[in-house]
Amino acid sequence: MNLPAYNKSALVVWKKNLKSFWLIYSQNIMGLLGLGILTFFALMAIFGPYLVSITTLTIDGVTQVMHPPTSNYWLGTDDLGKDVFAGVIIGSRVSLLVGLAATAISMTIGTSIGIISGFYGKFTDTLLMRFTDVFLVIPWLPLMLVMAALLGPSLGNIIFVIGITSWAGTARIIRSQTLSIKERPYVERARAIGSGDGHIMIYHILPNVFPLIFANTVLVAAIAILSETTLSFLGMGDPTQVTWGMMLHFAFSMGAVSFGAWWWLLPPGICVVLVVLSFTFIGYALDEVLNPKLRRRDQ
Amino acid sequence: MRLLEVNNLTTYYKLKEGYVRACENISLNLDKGEALGLVGESASGKTTAALSLVKLLPENAHVMDGSIRLGGREISGATEEELRTIRWKEISIIFQGAMNALNPVRRVGDQIVEALRIHEKMSEKEACRRTAELFDKVEIDQERVREYPHEFSGGMRQRVMIAMAIACNPKVVIGDEPTTALDVMVQAQVLQLLEELRREWQMGMILITHDLSVVGETCDRVAVMYAGKIVEAGPTEKVFEQPAHPYTRALISAFPNIEGERYLASSIPGNPPNLLNPPSGCRFHERCQEVIAPCKTDDPASTELSSGHLASCHLLKRKVKL
Amino acid sequence: MGPVNYPGNNNELIKISGLEVHFAARTGFISSLISKNSSLVRAVDGVDFNLRRGEILCLAGESGSGKTTTGKAILRLVEPTGGEVIFDGENVLQFNRSRLRKFRQDAQIIFQDPYESLNPRQTVFSTVAEPLEVNHLCSSMEEKEERVAEALKDAGLSNPGEIFIRYPHELSGGQRQRLAIASALVLKPDFIVADEPVSMLDLSIRAGILKLMVDLRDKKGICYLFITHDLSLAWLVSDRIAIMYLGKIVELGTADAVIKSPLHPYTRALVSVIPVPKKISLAGRTLLKGETPDPVNIPPGCRFHPRCPEAAERCRDEEPLYREVSPNHFGACHFI
Ligand SMILES: Nc1ncnc2c1ncn2[C@@H]1O[C@H](COP(=O)(O)OP(=O)(O)OP(=O)(O)O)[C@@H](O)[C@H]1O
Ligand SMILES: Nc1ncnc2c1ncn2[C@@H]1O[C@H](COP(=O)(O)OP(=O)(O)OP(=O)(O)O)[C@@H](O)[C@H]1O
Ligand code: SF4
Ligand SMILES: [Mg+2]
Ligand SMILES: [Mg+2]
Repeated sequence: MNLPAYNKSALVVWKKNLKSFWLIYSQNIMGLLGLGILTFFALMAIFGPYLVSITTLTIDGVTQVMHPPTSNYWLGTDDLGKDVFAGVIIGSRVSLLVGLAATAISMTIGTSIGIISGFYGKFTDTLLMRFTDVFLVIPWLPLMLVMAALLGPSLGNIIFVIGITSWAGTARIIRSQTLSIKERPYVERARAIGSGDGHIMIYHILPNVFPLIFANTVLVAAIAILSETTLSFLGMGDPTQVTWGMMLHFAFSMGAVSFGAWWWLLPPGICVVLVVLSFTFIGYALDEVLNPKLRRRDQ
Repeated sequence: MRLLEVNNLTTYYKLKEGYVRACENISLNLDKGEALGLVGESASGKTTAALSLVKLLPENAHVMDGSIRLGGREISGATEEELRTIRWKEISIIFQGAMNALNPVRRVGDQIVEALRIHEKMSEKEACRRTAELFDKVEIDQERVREYPHEFSGGMRQRVMIAMAIACNPKVVIGDEPTTALDVMVQAQVLQLLEELRREWQMGMILITHDLSVVGETCDRVAVMYAGKIVEAGPTEKVFEQPAHPYTRALISAFPNIEGERYLASSIPGNPPNLLNPPSGCRFHERCQEVIAPCKTDDPASTELSSGHLASCHLLKRKVKL
Repeated sequence: MGPVNYPGNNNELIKISGLEVHFAARTGFISSLISKNSSLVRAVDGVDFNLRRGEILCLAGESGSGKTTTGKAILRLVEPTGGEVIFDGENVLQFNRSRLRKFRQDAQIIFQDPYESLNPRQTVFSTVAEPLEVNHLCSSMEEKEERVAEALKDAGLSNPGEIFIRYPHELSGGQRQRLAIASALVLKPDFIVADEPVSMLDLSIRAGILKLMVDLRDKKGICYLFITHDLSLAWLVSDRIAIMYLGKIVELGTADAVIKSPLHPYTRALVSVIPVPKKISLAGRTLLKGETPDPVNIPPGCRFHPRCPEAAERCRDEEPLYREVSPNHFGACHFI
């Protein structure tokens, strides 16, 4: 490739950053555990659906419903005789997708509002923060339920609802960090070399709040997956999609509990817990790794 | 008998990567009523040396070697119990940056009173009286004992720290950068105060600073530290007029002297070494302009140039031999 | 290097007259309820001086006297509340946004703390390239790289290519300050405000930075407003020295004149406490009582009178005029 020298070195910078990041991150056992679990589910979400399909189980031509695990169908079948194991694998895709997409929305809104509010201060700040407070104090579950009910049960709507109900905390945290960063001399220096507000926010504030955004949104991802599960479980999910939440919903409403069909109920539940746990672990690990106070000592 | 005699004091910090050799073979002595300046750049080990004297070091520090004699009594092996009777009462330290460490929500006077009651077992009344006396000594209005730290200016907070340090009539006061971060005029005021107190109470004083000028004006003798070692020590005038070590020479010429010529000296090239693995031989050899072959391999021994004036440099031995 | 006297010329680059920066004082909630009229912090309170091309003017004084605020007000990093700043014939205070951006290519600032004034997440290259990027000064990547390398070399960082991708925390203090200088130099400014550029550096590396700045003046004719609280340093590097007290300049003259024959009692006191590298008696000094008062309550009459060892009755009510006492030597005191 015939890149200009600096572009080449920009690549080197990336590699160097990643390497030094990994050097510290890999010391963190919790973080490694979280990353391991997440990688497992990510691989499952990406490749799993190509390997399995939800077949309706027939044994000797008779449809067997709520059948306990067999050697062919590792996690048994549900009330329609569908393979639970395949459902868990296919559901991982949607659950992770919802988690990531909702997080992306929440992160974008939260970060933009936080930075703009903190950077401009005064009237803008007051206005945006009151707006944020509204989202912060509204109990999010009822709001989510109402919105999901109003908008109708589709995957897109679920993502949207979770995304716009979970950004307020991020906005608050980012705003307070912005307030301290904008007083730093390097922001003043940026102004002195002729940078405009937009440039300063993107090139000086954003990179310096980024660790915080990162550590914070990983937790939002956990909440988003949990929310999706909750919504689906409460029957606000998209019935055409196989998700862990939907599986739990059907398992519950079709009487898996009274039937004692643990193989139908436990696997999606455990998956949700594991994924949420992995995000939380990563979040804490990142917080420790990226926290400037903890890092300053190493330098 | 010397008031304080320190020999070969060596303190390392233990890190994952190895030992930080922050303070190596430090030898000092101090007479009654004398002021000794300990000068050196940032991270040269000044604070480490001072804290090693009374073992107020961070957890990862290890005093490897050395003897400390206070009034003829060896205290380097003292137990924590014994040290408690020595700290503050016999050797007291004005900590670096301590003036910013006053508890902001408690009255300044109360903080001194409390310290006196705990450490000196004074009664409340006695401690209050003593506090008022100390305020008087450091030239702060006695009325102000009831104020909070934020109502005090930087110079006044530093005076409070001095008051605390001298509260028990110590024999030795160590001031770790007592005037850094103060304004020129306030710095002059604080130095004057320290000088007066020292004269009046005949205290020995060790003044730690990175600012050569502070030493020049207030100290009888000076020790110059570089990368954890003392490279030159002697009477102040001697060291300033006939600096023997190339580092001292460079430091002195980098210092603007308004009585001399208007001349911008060149700086010392390079940066101070990493004390995790300090350079072999003379620790200054990588930056020294006059380096000769043995500097790179052999640690120079200290040479006595005239009474009390010592320096550690290979050039000196060569001169003496010739 | 010889003495740092610059022959100077009369080519005036900046003229400042009556510059004022007043901030609304931060009063507590309770006190703002009690008193209606909000008090002002008169950080800069009527400052006049001029700067010639290729000149180094030192602005010296105690902490809180308004040095930094003056420097920033000239660059409009804080908005002046009064007065005029004429840069190369144009009034800076009337610049609109786009003209102001252009002005900032000609006038730059170096801050005191080389760690805090550099973005910790920007590499050396992007730190120095940023001024070029925000002002759209380079058409190609090659040109940008060339100019960055040149600026780094000018700032005394040899092997610029090698440190392109380092972060500020991977540089030593001296190197960091050189980097800050390079990022100011890359725009090829005519004027630099240097706000205590060496006060955070160790003595052994200070001289190198100072020498670099003086060399740049000699080679490129850059004009500096050098802010410092250290008078001996001011004397060493500058052509002229202005002494500031509580928002006003009380004395201004050539470096030698101000240090060797100070006019104003305040300057005399400051000069008397300049340390000299030998043992002297403390008796010969004029120690002023207290510290610089609060710019919220500026004393009437001569603002220095409560601390002045020579104050007389008159000083209490009548403000002394800032005037030319001898050729090119200005002062504001009734008794000079
Ligand atoms: N707790 C610690 N663990 C490891 N290394 C340390 C520790 N404390 C200090 N050091 C190192 O020991 C060396 C000497 O530090 P010290 O604080 O004694 O220097 P100093 O001369 O007082 O510097 P300054 O003028 O900045 O106060 C430095 O290299 C420092 O990084
Ligand atoms: N944004 C602000 N709002 C209110 N007061 C301010 C502001 N900036 C500065 N001041 C006040 O203006 C006065 C002058 O400050 P300035 O920073 O210019 O002093 P300085 O001479 O540079 O001091 P130093 O040597 O400590 O840097 C101080 O009393 C300061 O508290
Ligand atoms: S005018 Fe008076 S108070 Fe002011 S400096 Fe002169 S003598 Fe002192
Ligand atoms: Mg120290
Ligand atoms: Mg300032």
